[in-house]
Amino acid sequence: MIDNAALVEELRQKFNYIEVNEQSTVIVPKDKLLEFMQALKDDYALDFLTNLTAVDYIDENKFEVIYNINSTAKGYTLMVKTSVDRDNPELPSVFPIWGGANWQEREVYDLLGIVFTGHPNLKRILLDYDYEGHPLRKDFQWKGGRE
Amino acid sequence: MEVNKGKTQIEAVQKDIWAPEYFGDNPDLYNVHEVKRLVHLAPVEKVLNMARAHSIWPLGFGLACCAIEGLMAAQGPRYDLSRFGYEVLRNTARQADVMLVAGTVTTKAADFVVRLWEQMSEPKWCMAIGGCAISGGPFVDSYHVVPGVNKLVPVDVYVPGCPPRPDAVLDAFLMLRAKILDKREYLQRSKGKVVTG
Repeated sequence: MIDNAALVEELRQKFNYIEVNEQSTVIVPKDKLLEFMQALKDDYALDFLTNLTAVDYIDENKFEVIYNINSTAKGYTLMVKTSVDRDNPELPSVFPIWGGANWQEREVYDLLGIVFTGHPNLKRILLDYDYEGHPLRKDFQWKGGRE
Repeated sequence: MEVNKGKTQIEAVQKDIWAPEYFGDNPDLYNVHEVKRLVHLAPVEKVLNMARAHSIWPLGFGLACCAIEGLMAAQGPRYDLSRFGYEVLRNTARQADVMLVAGTVTTKAADFVVRLWEQMSEPKWCMAIGGCAISGGPFVDSYHVVPGVNKLVPVDVYVPGCPPRPDAVLDAFLMLRAKILDKREYLQRSKGKVVTG
């Protein structure tokens, strides 16, 4: 049985392009994301994407996309982060690796406007299809509501 | 004969007063508006309204938490709506009389709320249950909430509260019954007050 800290240490030895911060969060550059995630699924039995979300850091002009991945077989979890440029937010989709990314990526696209390339059906999921703007962005302005 | 003495005279006078089609085939028989003008069905309408008012069938349709109060708790054993005959929750819009809009109407949900309303057959009524359905409630400033279901469909009874108690929903049904039966004195009792049950 391998525990979380040992897993992160092993990943740090094996992949030279990742960073690990003090919370044992793995930070991956955007262009290496897909091959890293594929290796996680194939070699480390991380077979379940529990959560996929994103945060808007408007001061640093970036979005941070967060993946919480769980191993149902081994029982450990891992948090992986990657950064996207705010002006051109494009990221490869992890839907081919974990099917559960389908709706979660649609939600992130809906509320923050991050485009996941390779997603099979990238439409809005919570708001109307003809809605304009992305409400979870920090610079989202909206007028309306009560009269 | 003595009896028919003035008959021809009367006929001649009638022909002067009345148009000739009143003594033969009446073309107005096929004119719907003319028949409506001549035939009044007010008493029948009263009877029909009695039947309608004592068997208001709600549409089984809940959007959010208020559905637990407005539809489920009011139908339950404690606040038994069945004693009025309103317990028959129809699951098809075709057979329902009243739509209880219970819960937050989001812009995405507005589409099918209107569609359900248009699928219901006349006569139909609508109740807005809870603050969200009345005015958007606590979410009125949000970017995805319709500020009141009266923007979409005509509302007959508003039931305030967050959530309204089931007795308030019961009271709303009684007010709707009074509205159908045209009992103005019943509705006058709660005029100028917010009825919360």
